[in-house]
Amino acid sequence: MQRSRICIFAVKQIFISSASHIFTLFKKDLLLEVRQQYSFYGILLYIGATIFVLYMAIDEPEAKVWNGLFWVIQLFICINAVAKSFLQESKGRMLYFYSIASPGDFVLAKLLFNTVLMLAMSLLSLFLFSLFLGNPMQKIWQFTGLVLLGGWSLSLVFTFLAAIAAKAQQNAAIMAVLGFPIIIPQLLLLMRLSNAAFAPLLTIPVSTVLLLVALDAMVILLAVILFPYLWKD
Amino acid sequence: MYKSWWKIASILLLIYTVVGGFLMKVPALPALQETIRNLYFHVCMWFAMMILFTVSVVNSIKYLRTFNLKYDIYARHYAAVGIVMGALGYATGAIWMTYTWADPNNPAFQSFSALAREPKLIGAAIALLIYFAYMVLRDSISDMDKRARISSVYNIFAYAMLFPSIWILPRVMDSLHPGREGNPALNTSDIDSSMRIVFYPAVIGWTLLGVWITTLKIRLHLLKEKQLLS
Repeated sequence: MQRSRICIFAVKQIFISSASHIFTLFKKDLLLEVRQQYSFYGILLYIGATIFVLYMAIDEPEAKVWNGLFWVIQLFICINAVAKSFLQESKGRMLYFYSIASPGDFVLAKLLFNTVLMLAMSLLSLFLFSLFLGNPMQKIWQFTGLVLLGGWSLSLVFTFLAAIAAKAQQNAAIMAVLGFPIIIPQLLLLMRLSNAAFAPLLTIPVSTVLLLVALDAMVILLAVILFPYLWKD
Repeated sequence: MYKSWWKIASILLLIYTVVGGFLMKVPALPALQETIRNLYFHVCMWFAMMILFTVSVVNSIKYLRTFNLKYDIYARHYAAVGIVMGALGYATGAIWMTYTWADPNNPAFQSFSALAREPKLIGAAIALLIYFAYMVLRDSISDMDKRARISSVYNIFAYAMLFPSIWILPRVMDSLHPGREGNPALNTSDIDSSMRIVFYPAVIGWTLLGVWITTLKIRLHLLKEKQLLS
């Protein structure tokens, strides 16, 4: 009885300390982002410029084209937003993190930060898309939810690939090569779901949404399992 | 003769596949007719590809557990031969498609975009793209240990993402391809029992051939790296 209580206490302590580590690392990333605003504004400008070019190229596309364009732009925004998350860390700083945090905490903090970043960017690009290219959405709230889910899925997969690319000392181009084949199924599911959000009579299948959530959970799990091997040099 | 029984078995099974596949009776179905004999070659290529990719991933996991470079070389060559099998699967599929799906009044180039939007083709394309990316990633890193570690991590991650998608895609897309309900080629009602007596040996035969080619490539590579590994 006593021992089991101690055991539960120890597990709780580990959990709390790991959560606080994750939170501290997350705050560090946020602080860096606030201090070095150029990269943040760079992404904002990227979103604005891309959507403006689309606006010049086509006016008021029909729902299917709108949907396809939207997700492809999301993909590129995600690569640009997430790519620097590991590339910005210098070798010395990585060594420092290595000595003070566990790899699981480190990667979870990165995943959390990139999720928050990508969610904000997704909402912004959704706003700009409907401002410039018209608004074919029939179910605005459902579609917004899908955009957030999609942004989350994209950010998780590409965060892990950014870690691989950074370790291989490569630029963002290799992230696209590594990531596109992996992300195709998720994008396909998202596009199908969004098509349902554009048609007034179709309902969004809950099972597909759950499938996407399950895939996201799997990515997180794989990242936590595999990241320690990437980390040590 | 020690340890070579499976090579002999592979040759015997493949002779049986070719002879039995071309001469034994097959059910005559409209549209398919005698082209169904391609099943013994086309489907087996995909089986061999998936099995070789799986072996590659198992070797990657083994590498990460032991950090023995031997397993990394295994993983690389199993993936390479898997890619070859996949390319052959596409080639045999293209020949089959010419006789069954393609519109004879429409040139092949023009009907391509309609035919390529096919969950099985997309799934196979994803698998091949992943392993091409794996090769590119490997070759971009010069340090041996680092290359082995990073490419093993990517191999495991990509494989874990690939498998759900191969199961998901056929269920969310329309398809002309046979065997779209349930898991491809494992459904027992998909093929006639008279064909199964050639089909299953053919799968084993082609897979063993793939493994044989891989072991030769591995032996060559290990000889080249002998000074480095020992």
